[in-house]
Amino acid sequence: MADSFSIPDEMSGRRKFLVAVTSVAGGIAGVAIATPFMLSMMPSERAKAAGAPVEVDISKLEPGMLLMVEWRGKVVWVLNRTPEMLDTLVKVEEELADPNSEKPQQPEYAQNRTRSIKPEILVTEGVCTHLGCSPVFRKEIAPADLGPDWLGGFFCPCHGSKFDLAGRVYKSVPAPTNMVVPPHVYLSDSRLLIGATSEGSV
Amino acid sequence: MNKIIEWIDKRFPLTSNWKAHLSEYYAPKNFNFWYFFGSLALLVLVNQILTGIFLTMNYKPDAGMAFASVEYIMRDVDYGWLIRYMHSTGASMFFVVVYLHMFRGMMYGSYQKPRELLWLVGMAIFLVLMSLAFTGYILPWGQMSYWGAQVIVSMFGAIPTIGESLQQWVLGDFTLSDVALNRFFAYHVVTLPLIMLVLVFAHILALHEVGSNNPDGIEIKANKNPKTGIPVDGIPFHPYYSVKDIVGVVVFLMVFCGIVFFAPEMGGYFLEYNNFIPANTLQTPDHIAPVWYFTPYYSMLRAVTVNFLWVDAKLWGVILMAASVVIFAFLPWLDRSPVKSIRYKGKYFKTALTLFVISFFVLGWLGTKSPTPLYTLLAQIFTVIYFAFFILMPWYSKIDKTKPEPKRVKE
Repeated sequence: MADSFSIPDEMSGRRKFLVAVTSVAGGIAGVAIATPFMLSMMPSERAKAAGAPVEVDISKLEPGMLLMVEWRGKVVWVLNRTPEMLDTLVKVEEELADPNSEKPQQPEYAQNRTRSIKPEILVTEGVCTHLGCSPVFRKEIAPADLGPDWLGGFFCPCHGSKFDLAGRVYKSVPAPTNMVVPPHVYLSDSRLLIGATSEGSV
Repeated sequence: MNKIIEWIDKRFPLTSNWKAHLSEYYAPKNFNFWYFFGSLALLVLVNQILTGIFLTMNYKPDAGMAFASVEYIMRDVDYGWLIRYMHSTGASMFFVVVYLHMFRGMMYGSYQKPRELLWLVGMAIFLVLMSLAFTGYILPWGQMSYWGAQVIVSMFGAIPTIGESLQQWVLGDFTLSDVALNRFFAYHVVTLPLIMLVLVFAHILALHEVGSNNPDGIEIKANKNPKTGIPVDGIPFHPYYSVKDIVGVVVFLMVFCGIVFFAPEMGGYFLEYNNFIPANTLQTPDHIAPVWYFTPYYSMLRAVTVNFLWVDAKLWGVILMAASVVIFAFLPWLDRSPVKSIRYKGKYFKTALTLFVISFFVLGWLGTKSPTPLYTLLAQIFTVIYFAFFILMPWYSKIDKTKPEPKRVKE
């Protein structure tokens, strides 16, 4: 037996192994205990259940008028476009980043020039695809701040992104993609359901 | 009295710590007014913690009640207006003193060897301070709170692949809602202040290990009195600098009180007018800009309008903005100059630092404005200058003509 207790400077192979195993086990335990805390921050069951579709009556929506609807905590726009407004969609196409809506920002039935089911009625989330601000509806033609080429559309006050009257994004602005067209369906001529593709489905 | 201290000293290192950190901590004798801002930052931190505690007594972190509870503090709670204005003014003044504190470090090369870790801990404090400012700004749940948070949180969504899930994890919901407000409150009053206190403690500990730099940028520890072992150019922090700092505190409090009592909104720069309107999730205000201390980075975020190298403009903007903050941390390794202080650096460094300060101010000013093509172009030009200061530093600091450093500090 040794006279006094001392720890040798060099760890033996057995001790090295035990230190490594203990560290790994401790690390695993740390990750394991962190998991429930991290997962508790994901959307709760209540938040997940709150995505019900919304029904809108569009019979009183005059041509040129924009209606704002809240769906899943986001603003959804319903815009009744006049024939003049629809004419602008062809004129601006040269300046758009994705004029044919090739990126999947809309359901298949809205992948057309007007990005809609009925040509005049645009249904789109009023959320800029850059950083989530809600753009402003600027229907006047050639206002002072937006320049002489402006034919009407949506302008984001946060970072200056521009969209046409079908929610298609212009080139050389911070927003990367067209605005999102949510799933929607017409239950009758004047009843629009946003957030579902048929009555009863979600 | 002496007996009590003796009793304590046998059980707790009171006198030895007092000596090590105050009465026998030797600081260079040539500090100028730029050296006030460290202790002032500490003062503002104490102000934020104290006023913050009293604000939590009446504030409600609930999307339906938050705005009204802040108005309740302002109108019905005795001296609630004073406590809140001290807290909101303190937030802006925190950035004022921290920016001046950082600029001092850049002028006198305080980040150079052996103070790299001190600088890095400081950068960590700066990041926590920005997080505190952001989470605190959300709490009143006004229009700017809501839409400012919307923009910042959407940045997580710009990260490829994991972006969307990460954003939901941050928000605890599919959109910015009451859930997020509730957890940002937890971050603002518990998590971040605790981290901040630990980091400030580490910052001071690191400072007292290496000792303070000074306007001449020379190491006072290299020249010690052989008999006493005390640096010949050093004086004890207490009472010399504790008394000097009190002068700084008095001047600072005069400015601070002036703002609190006469201009707490500071023309919309400290408290934005749109934030006196309750959050409306359906409509973004016509003009949104962050509070002044974030505007330089915000300008850089929206300066990128072209896609480049398979990465779209949105992600580039976010990357650039993050880089503009993080790049400060690399200063100790970017600066190749043989001298620390601007007093002995050559005209290349002086020009570069001047251009950097100008671009910081111009970007800050642009960030308060609505974007127009001209402003976007200006933002792009000054973003390039801002980054050039850092990226070209290894080159221009090496070829710069420096003057020889003196052996002793100047009186």
